[in-house]
Amino acid sequence: MLEPVPSEASLGPLLTVRNLSKSYPVTRSGLLRKKVVGTIDAVRDVSFSVDAGETLSIVGESGCGKTTTARSILNLVDPTSGEIQYQGRDVVRTFATGARGDVLALRRQMQYVFQDPYLSLNPRWSIRQILREPLRIHQRGESSSWDDQIEQLLARVGLPGSYADRYPHEFSGGQRQRIGIARALAVDPRLLICDEPVSSLDVSVRAQVLNLLADLQDQLSLSYLYISHDLGSVRFLSRRVAVMYLGTIVEIGDVDAIFDRPRHHYTAALLSAIPVADPRRSAMAKSVRGEAPSVTERPRGCPFHTRCPAARPICRDEVPALMQDDPDHKVACHNPR
Amino acid sequence: MHQANLSPPIPDSLPTTPSPLTSPGLRGAPPSADERAQANDVIPVSDATETLVHVDNLRIHFPSRRSPTRIVEGISYSVARGETLGIVGESGSGKTLSSLAILRLLPRPAQIAGGRIVFEGEDLAGKSDEDMRRLRGKRIAMVFQNPGFSLHPLMTIGAQLSEILAVHENLARKDAHARIEELLQLVGISDPGTRIRQYPHELSGGMKQRVCIARALLCNPSLVLADEPTTSLDVTIQAQILELFEELKARFRMSMIFVTHDMGVVARIADRIAVMYAGQICETADAETIFSNPQHPYTRALLGSTPRVDQRSTRASGFRLPTIGGSGPTILHQGDGCRFAARCPEAAPECTRLAPLPLTVRPGHSVQCLKRGSIGGANHA
Repeated sequence: MLEPVPSEASLGPLLTVRNLSKSYPVTRSGLLRKKVVGTIDAVRDVSFSVDAGETLSIVGESGCGKTTTARSILNLVDPTSGEIQYQGRDVVRTFATGARGDVLALRRQMQYVFQDPYLSLNPRWSIRQILREPLRIHQRGESSSWDDQIEQLLARVGLPGSYADRYPHEFSGGQRQRIGIARALAVDPRLLICDEPVSSLDVSVRAQVLNLLADLQDQLSLSYLYISHDLGSVRFLSRRVAVMYLGTIVEIGDVDAIFDRPRHHYTAALLSAIPVADPRRSAMAKSVRGEAPSVTERPRGCPFHTRCPAARPICRDEVPALMQDDPDHKVACHNPR
Repeated sequence: MHQANLSPPIPDSLPTTPSPLTSPGLRGAPPSADERAQANDVIPVSDATETLVHVDNLRIHFPSRRSPTRIVEGISYSVARGETLGIVGESGSGKTLSSLAILRLLPRPAQIAGGRIVFEGEDLAGKSDEDMRRLRGKRIAMVFQNPGFSLHPLMTIGAQLSEILAVHENLARKDAHARIEELLQLVGISDPGTRIRQYPHELSGGMKQRVCIARALLCNPSLVLADEPTTSLDVTIQAQILELFEELKARFRMSMIFVTHDMGVVARIADRIAVMYAGQICETADAETIFSNPQHPYTRALLGSTPRVDQRSTRASGFRLPTIGGSGPTILHQGDGCRFAARCPEAAPECTRLAPLPLTVRPGHSVQCLKRGSIGGANHA
């Protein structure tokens, strides 16, 4: 059995991911059975860590592997290789071969908030049933206390307790996402993995949920791994950011440092592509050319060299390593800005 | 090999071969510097220039035996030639339905319950279906949100584009073919000769949207309706498509109604902006004024609540985003009075009783808010 979490300041990072890769086989049907003709690397050699109480964001465009990375951590997909440690415990091995008690203990530490609050709540369950399920599975206190706990959870996310007997269809998108967050909080986790939690919400509601996440972090000293393509919300919510492109991290570090002075050309392109709500500033730099190649056709060398304005011959041949730039800023580029 | 497919710059001048479709409205020479300056000068006051579309007190209802659901309630705007009107709003604000109404493509059971849509001097609301069919795709064209759904998956790009020319234009096969290639080239598709033989699934999302834009421009429409044309695209691709729209605007003085929920996108593309909330327009002004001097509490809240990528995070000092209370607009909740009143930080008791009428605060800037001096009227027309 696992112990309750000791005081966090004394420990290293809460979560450490080292050289994580996930590849999928490409098959072609043969005479008798499918033949594997190649692999697609959805995530390739990704390393990062999340400290207690901080938010690390992973940003990138669709298909860059950010969701696969997040899902690998909770074993929602099996990583192909690499190491994931939660406070020194081997996450991959625990999920693969650990006792049920150990697996549950790990899941109590790390919970997931899903992107689409319309798909992630069972439409035939009342909110009470939805929130009771984690309490039951993880045996959180006497069953007689569950109703009280459910009320507290709803209060925590800003919903009245009287909503417990309603069904998901009676709620708006923002309220559903609050319920999704309440469900994740039911087992009192230390780390929330939030996968685009506000991207399906309308602008006026998005700010409410972002503020809620900020409040919860301050009140409960939660750590977040926040996955998003919305760089505005990333800047608001996080201290550090990792930028992914074609399955690899191209730049990682302090969010203000990276957003004010991006060193990787892809990060710079991504930032300048975001339309700013100010017509006087909309005459922007030229957009980056071309489109991201599909992961099945990953270029040799630097994954971004096909679109990079500063590509050199070496970029075509050699994959750049993620190198330390400042103390808290790493970039994988042969010719950084 | 990828580099070969990268979007080429739009050619600096139009292809010199005279197109059989050349019409003075759109395919003329690029506007001279004078013309462009003039267009910029007159944009804020749309009355001073030629009005292409004028939507007047348009109402869209879902009919019902008791009382109809009033989806869009009395909106008015106009678009001048060469102007891009941005319509911003959240889901459920009626921005899409009100633009579909112009094409008379409202999904059932929605129907136009009143008002006029005057396009090039004719009221579209009263036109026959046959007349509308002749007009759609020819004089008014549309670019839809999801290019994956708006292209036929079983037809090649060339086949679906030439179908449009076959319906609207009497062109020889060869000319049609040339016209399609010319337009594909124009929207930044390299190697159009190959592309027209391909099926939609062989193209990326950004390429498909370029095809949809080419399709919209095939018959030199006077007006292009674009409904969230970049929402389903990644940001770097979105930037390319916005750039393309800017080019087309500048070159053809294209008139456009651009519907979006994204304040950043509309800041970039629109000359004038109408902000919609729950089926009403709460504020209209030129783009710069909407951002520098917004009057309506909803416009202000919308701008304030969007976290900006160019502003340092001050969360450590307890910063929180300004929010708008409550949930997004719902079409079912419709009392009298201002539809934003329930969420408005400035709402006074009369706001829930009286519907504000548009008030012109400056030439070209109108706002519907009792707190800004609008006169209250009865909600029911």
